[in-house]
Amino acid sequence: MDLTLRVWRQPSPDAPGSFETYPAEDIDEHASLLEMLDIVNDRLTEQGVEPIAFDSDCREGICGTCGVMVDGKAHGPMENTAACQVHLFNYRDGDTITLEPWRARGFPLRKDLIVDRSAFDEIISAGGYVSVNTGSAPEANLTPVDKGTADLAFDAAACIGCGACVAACPNGAAHLFTSAKLSQLNMLPQGQPERYARTQRMVTIMEEYFGSCTNYGECQAACPQDISIDFIAMMNKDYRKSKFRNRRAS
Amino acid sequence: MQLDAKIPDGPLEEKWDNHRFSMRLVNPNNKRKFSVIVVGTGLAGASAAATLGELGYNVKAFTYHDSPRRAHSIAAQGGINAAKNYQGDGDSVFRLFHDTIKGGDYRSREANVYRLAQVSVDIIDQCVAQGVPFARDYGGLLDNRSFGGAQVSRTFYAKGQTGQQLLLGAYQALMRQVDTGSVELHTKSEMLEVVKVDGEARGIVVRNLETGEVTSHAAHAVVLATGGYASAYFLSTMAKNSNVTAAWRAHRKGAAFANPSFTQIHPTCIPQSGDYQSKLTLMSESLRNDGRIWVPADPDDERAPADIPEAERDYYLERIYPSFGNLAPRDVSSRAAKRMVDAGHGVGPRKNGVYLDFSDAVGRLGQDKIAERYGNLFEMYQKITNENPYDVPMRIYPAPHYAMGGLWVDYNLMTTIPGLFSIGESNFSDHGANRLGASALMQGLADGYFVLPYTIGDYLAPHLGESPPPTDHPAFAEAEAEVRDKVNGLLSVNGTRSVDSFHRDLGKIVWDYCGMARTEQGLEKARSEIQALRDEYHKDVRVLGENETINQSLEKAGRVADFFELAELMTIDALDRNESCGGHFREEYQTDEGEALRDDEHYAYVAAWGFEGTGEDPSLTKEHLAFENVKLATRSYK
Repeated sequence: MDLTLRVWRQPSPDAPGSFETYPAEDIDEHASLLEMLDIVNDRLTEQGVEPIAFDSDCREGICGTCGVMVDGKAHGPMENTAACQVHLFNYRDGDTITLEPWRARGFPLRKDLIVDRSAFDEIISAGGYVSVNTGSAPEANLTPVDKGTADLAFDAAACIGCGACVAACPNGAAHLFTSAKLSQLNMLPQGQPERYARTQRMVTIMEEYFGSCTNYGECQAACPQDISIDFIAMMNKDYRKSKFRNRRAS
Repeated sequence: MQLDAKIPDGPLEEKWDNHRFSMRLVNPNNKRKFSVIVVGTGLAGASAAATLGELGYNVKAFTYHDSPRRAHSIAAQGGINAAKNYQGDGDSVFRLFHDTIKGGDYRSREANVYRLAQVSVDIIDQCVAQGVPFARDYGGLLDNRSFGGAQVSRTFYAKGQTGQQLLLGAYQALMRQVDTGSVELHTKSEMLEVVKVDGEARGIVVRNLETGEVTSHAAHAVVLATGGYASAYFLSTMAKNSNVTAAWRAHRKGAAFANPSFTQIHPTCIPQSGDYQSKLTLMSESLRNDGRIWVPADPDDERAPADIPEAERDYYLERIYPSFGNLAPRDVSSRAAKRMVDAGHGVGPRKNGVYLDFSDAVGRLGQDKIAERYGNLFEMYQKITNENPYDVPMRIYPAPHYAMGGLWVDYNLMTTIPGLFSIGESNFSDHGANRLGASALMQGLADGYFVLPYTIGDYLAPHLGESPPPTDHPAFAEAEAEVRDKVNGLLSVNGTRSVDSFHRDLGKIVWDYCGMARTEQGLEKARSEIQALRDEYHKDVRVLGENETINQSLEKAGRVADFFELAELMTIDALDRNESCGGHFREEYQTDEGEALRDDEHYAYVAAWGFEGTGEDPSLTKEHLAFENVKLATRSYK
C-alpha cells in the first residue's frame, strides 16, 4: 500500500524542529508501523537523507522502548497496543500518518522522535521496590497470597514504563505509571513494611517532574497494557494515609 | 591457550558447598575498597549489580538502553524452572540437573548444571520476597506448569510475562542500590572495549549514545552480562538492539569464545509473512501445554483447518514422541516442524508453518480458562496476524531465539582473561547444545544473585590494597583511540547500502547454512560468502550523520561489523563438530529416523576458540567433558 508520512524532525535537543513529509510507497499491509519506518529509513539513506531517529527494541510490545504519537494518539489508533504492534492492515491505502514524539515537561526531547524518560527511573529508585537483600528471603510458600490480590497485583505490575500515559495526559501527569508500581507493592504482603514511606517518597519525586492529575482518564485509554485508573485512586488513598502514618512514625 | 575449568573436588552434591567454604572472602569493611564494573542490566546484570551493591562493593552499571528495565530479558514469556517439587510429582534437584544435562544433549558441565539446579529454589524465594506476582492457585500458594523436555511441573510463571516480572524485580533491586549510592548507573552507554592492564581486566571504554563521547572507566574487575547473539541471523526473536559487541570485543582481547555454533531455534514462532520483516515473534512454549501441533496428512490439502477431519490430520509430535508428545524439547520439535514443511505439509499462505490448535483445550477447559492462561499471547498473535486463534488454529514455525554458546567461563564464571567475568546468556556455561524452556531465566538469575557475588570475592581478595589503574593509563588511551578509529572508519566509508541491508543478507547466509540443518559443503560455502560480504560491507556501507548526536545507523554499523566476524566463527565451529547434538544438526550425522547422532568418543568437549585476527583461522582449545553422575545415552523422547 501507499502512504504518506508527516514526521517531526529535530536534529538535537536545542535545535528547532519541523514536520517533514516523506512518501511510504509500496509497503506490505502486514508490515508494522515501525517496519514501515525501517523501510522508509533505508530509502532515505539511499537518497542521502539522514534516517528518522526513533526508539524501539523488542517489537513485541513488552519492553516499553517504543513510543510515538500517531495522528495525535499515543501509540496509535488501536486499544491496548504499543506502537510496535500496530500493523498497517489497520490503515487504508493513501492514508497520511503523522508521527510526533511524546511531548511532556518530564520527557525532554533528544532527537526526532526520541525523548528522555529517565525521570521514571528516578521515581522507581525512590521506593519502587521491596527492601530485601539477596539471600535473606524466607521460603516462598510460607506467605500465601489470595488469588484475587495476586492477580490484581499482576495487573498493576504489567506496566511497561513506555510513558504513553504521560504523553496522553493534558497535564503531563505520571500518576498512572507511579500508581501502578505503588499499587502492586502496596497490596502484597511483602510490600507492607515500607508501604507508607514508599508512597510518600515516590509521589514527591513524581511531582518534581510531572504535572497533576485532574481525572481526564486519557492515560488509561492510551495505556498499551490497559492499566486501570483505579490504581490512581488507591495511590491517592495511601498517600493521604501516609501523611498520618509517617508523622506518627517519625 | 590453557583451560582450567576449576571444578571443585568431591561428590557432585557437595561441590558448591565445599567451594563456597574454601573460597577466599573479602570482609564486609573491605568490600567498599573494591570497585566492580557490570555491563548489561538484564536478569543477570541487574541481579549481579544489585547484589554486589548490597554486599558493599562499589558498582558501576552500564547499559546502552535508556533504562535498565528495557533489557531483552523482559520479553521472556513462559516461566522459570525451579526444583521446589511443590506439585509433589517427583521433582528434585537431581531430576532438574538430569533433565538439563540430557536436554543439552550431554554437552554441558555436570558441576555447573548441578549448582544451577541447587540454587534454583533460592531464586523463587528471592523473587517472591521482592513482590514478583507469580501465578497462584486458589489456596494462595504458587502455581506451576510444564515445559518441554520435562515430565514434571516445575515452571513458575506470571501469565505470559514472566521475564518482565522477574526483570522488574531485579531492576527494582538495582534501583534501590542506585538510591543508596552503592551503584552508579550509566544509561545510553555502550561498552566498546575491555581494557587489560598487566594481562588482567581493569576497565572498559564506552561510547555515550547521545553525545558520542568516548570515556574510560576503571575497576578491580569487569562483569559482562550482555546477552546472546541470535541477532546474527537478522530475523530472530531477539530485540532489535541485541548484539554480540561487548562479548566479541572481549574475545578480540583474548577471552575464548565457546561453542559459537550452538544456537537455539525455537519451535513456536509466528511464521515469516514477507521480506519486509524486521523481526520474528515468539509464541511461548507454554502454549504447548494445551495446544496440539498438527499438519494436514495430505500435502495438497487446501481446506480450511476446521474442515479437515481428525483422521486426515497428522499430530506428528504425538505420533513420533508419544511419551513427551507436544512437550518434546525445542531442538527436537523444531526439526520435526522443518521436516514437515520441507515435505510439503506446510500451512498458511506461504506454506511455511504448522498448526498449533487449541480447540481440544477450549472444549475441555472452556475459553475462559484458556484466556486466563494465555490471553495476552492470543491477543498478541491476533494483532500480528489479524487472525483469531480461538477460532482458527495458530500457525507457527521455528525461529532463532537463544545462544547456548558464548564466552568460555570456568566454574567461577571467569573468562580466560583474569578479572573478566561473564554471566547469563553471554557465557556458554549451562545449557550444552540445547537449552530447555524456562531455564534461561533460571540461569541468568542464578549467576547474578547466587553465584557471581560469591566467586568474584575469591578473585578480588588477594588484590586488597591495590587501586584500579588511573584512566589516563596508556592502556585506556590506546583502547579509546581504537574506538574512535572504528567510529570514524564507519562514518567515512560513505558507500551505497544501508547497514540493515547488509545485516539482512548476512542473516540469510547464516540461517540457510548454519541454522536448523547444516552440511560440510554448505558451511564452507557460507564461510566464503560471509568473508566476501564482509569485505563489501567495509567498502560499501553508508552511515549518514555524525558522531556527536544520536546516530542509530552508526550504533548498528559497529554491531554488524562484529556480527560478520562472529558469523564466520559460527561456521568454523559447526564445521569442526562432525556430529549432531542438540541444536547443532549436521545432516551427515543422523540416525535412520532422522534424529541427531552424537559422537561422544570424539566430540564430548567444549570447543573454546581463541581470536587470531580478522579473517585468520582461530585457534581451538578443547575442554573435555567428564560425565560421572549421568550415563551418556542416546536422547530419547519417544
